[in-house]
Amino acid sequence: MTNKRITVKYLARVEGEGALNIQIKDDVVTRVQLKIFEPPRFFEAFLKGRNFTEAPDITSRICGICPVAYQMSAVHAMEAALGVTVPGPIRALRRLLYCGEWIESHGLHIFMLHAPDFLGYQDAIQMAQDHPDTVKMGLRLKKVGNNLVTVLGGREIHPINVRVGGFYKAPNPRDLAPLTESLKWAREAAVKTVRWVGGFTFPEFKQDYEFVALRHGQEYPFNEGRVVSNKGLDIAVQDYEQHFVEEQVPHSHALNSNLKARGPYFVGPLARYNLNFDRLTPLAQEMAREAGLGPVCLNPFQSIIVRAVETLYAVEEALAIIETYEKPDQPAAPVSPRAVTACAATEAPRGLLYHRYRLDADGVILEAKIVPPTSQNQGTIEADLRQFVGQRLDLPDEKLTWQCEQMVRNYDPCISCATHFLKVNLERR
Amino acid sequence: MAPKRKPKLSVWKFASCDGCQLSLLDCEDELLTIAGAVEIAYFVEASRAMVKGPYDLTLVDGSITTAHDAAVIQRVRRASKYLVALGACANSGGIQALRNFTDVNDFIDAVYAKPQHIKTLKESTPIAAHVKVDFALNGCPINKHQLLAVLSAFLQGRPPMARSHSVCVDCKLQGNVCVMVMGAPCLGPVTHAGCGALCPTYHRGCYGCYGPKETPNPAALSAWFSQRLGMSEANLVRAFRAFYANAPAFRQESEAHDK
Repeated sequence: MTNKRITVKYLARVEGEGALNIQIKDDVVTRVQLKIFEPPRFFEAFLKGRNFTEAPDITSRICGICPVAYQMSAVHAMEAALGVTVPGPIRALRRLLYCGEWIESHGLHIFMLHAPDFLGYQDAIQMAQDHPDTVKMGLRLKKVGNNLVTVLGGREIHPINVRVGGFYKAPNPRDLAPLTESLKWAREAAVKTVRWVGGFTFPEFKQDYEFVALRHGQEYPFNEGRVVSNKGLDIAVQDYEQHFVEEQVPHSHALNSNLKARGPYFVGPLARYNLNFDRLTPLAQEMAREAGLGPVCLNPFQSIIVRAVETLYAVEEALAIIETYEKPDQPAAPVSPRAVTACAATEAPRGLLYHRYRLDADGVILEAKIVPPTSQNQGTIEADLRQFVGQRLDLPDEKLTWQCEQMVRNYDPCISCATHFLKVNLERR
Repeated sequence: MAPKRKPKLSVWKFASCDGCQLSLLDCEDELLTIAGAVEIAYFVEASRAMVKGPYDLTLVDGSITTAHDAAVIQRVRRASKYLVALGACANSGGIQALRNFTDVNDFIDAVYAKPQHIKTLKESTPIAAHVKVDFALNGCPINKHQLLAVLSAFLQGRPPMARSHSVCVDCKLQGNVCVMVMGAPCLGPVTHAGCGALCPTYHRGCYGCYGPKETPNPAALSAWFSQRLGMSEANLVRAFRAFYANAPAFRQESEAHDK
């Protein structure tokens, strides 16, 4: 009978500060807590009293890794509120900007945060001693994404060019043309990445998850779509709060989001992939199959393959957008404020990101609600760990602890977003 | 001759978005070179390996908002020979210092149903309010090229260069048409350079995310905003009360209009 206690002080390679407490008593996992002790920053409170035009710049500061996602959900929510539809070229530029963020964020996670777990390294720099060319390729791939964000947004972190209604300045086609060469290189690199991560060894682990993601009529989802799941959910974004509820748990500074009807659910690359496989490009589908994935993948450890497939998709989509891009007449659609409440959701690299705002007649924010991906995954991460640890009690402590960290990193948790550090305490007694 | 020991680098995070420390990982072309020049001893976002201090160079991202962090920064300082504070949060308190203008309990109540589980201080404060900071690199986020310059200066044993002029100077060097002439309020005249005058280059007014420059005159700028551009008192407060809300020059100016 196992009655032990293992403590790993900090779980690394995640964005933010958290801890993990796991207790095992008489071979039974008695407690799993993903503790998020990232100091709260109160964005929803200080958004009150700000102008609706400030929301994209302010909310981007929630997260340095996915600022574009915050900007996108904010501008879409404001535009839904103010009855603004942006013209085609602006819509295309937003997808292009999101492609850049997915490429940089997935590149960071695949090569620097997650792959070292599969190959047994402490970090990517140590990994680079044995795999220099692969790490260099990963860094260059990440840079292609960052360059895309920089050209469109002015800088890679907290871009300055996004506004409600569109952009401050729309690029000329000739500004984007130089990106084509690097994106063509990135397409080859993404194909190699899918093959590389597809060759990793994955722990056997599958659960009956409820996956939740956006689904759009024609496209793999970035900015628009209905909120759907593999268990029958199919709703407009406006109805999100009728179906999902955020709850506060004592051990976390992140609010925990659940489906009212069925509890914890799963957002992010794996959810998007499972609900939108048919919307991927033929090459992305082909590469996923070559790496051993079907149209549905239930093993969260294989999310690293899905991230590589999504990176390939984003590169191809960026190439397609640049090829057909025509500069809009105006960089932004006109907007004028009114008293209204509206919401929007977009697909951050880590999953569904929901924003809702209530405005007064002058466009001053009266109320804001933001549901980031990590608070939606928190319940599923805890449920995964409970199952996972229960099946592996015979593993030596160090290996089990490392695999628990790896399990958490499957979700690429962004604890800065969720309110940051993961400290793992594995207790057997 | 024995090889010189590589300096030990540590990176710490307090309340922030992670963006400033991420800037180090965003140095895609230089990261492996940096890793060759320093021992990355403690950088939790990037590595499981956590080497104990003392550290030769410490980078700090984030502001102090909890009693726990207030204690940690003291230990970090004791373990660090040279400490650089990165960004708006570490150098002024960041956007989360908006709490300093109100009662934080109202903020907690607005976000959390069970406020008793939330541990936070009344104010968000810069690192220099707690310990000695050897160099302040400003920006929200910092400019990664400036971070590289700070690292190079450290490795060469010279003090980093700190330019004190305003965004306006960089903007002129870029050859931009002044956005204020086109009617857009711009904080460029009072804001510290470092971004390369990005916002005006993208046809919008600077929103002050590198903080106040040395000896700024925000009152003169406010008068211009109000008289020439018709800006309301409420919008003047918002203009100065954002990412560097708690920096003294901007703080005084927003308070002057917050009646």
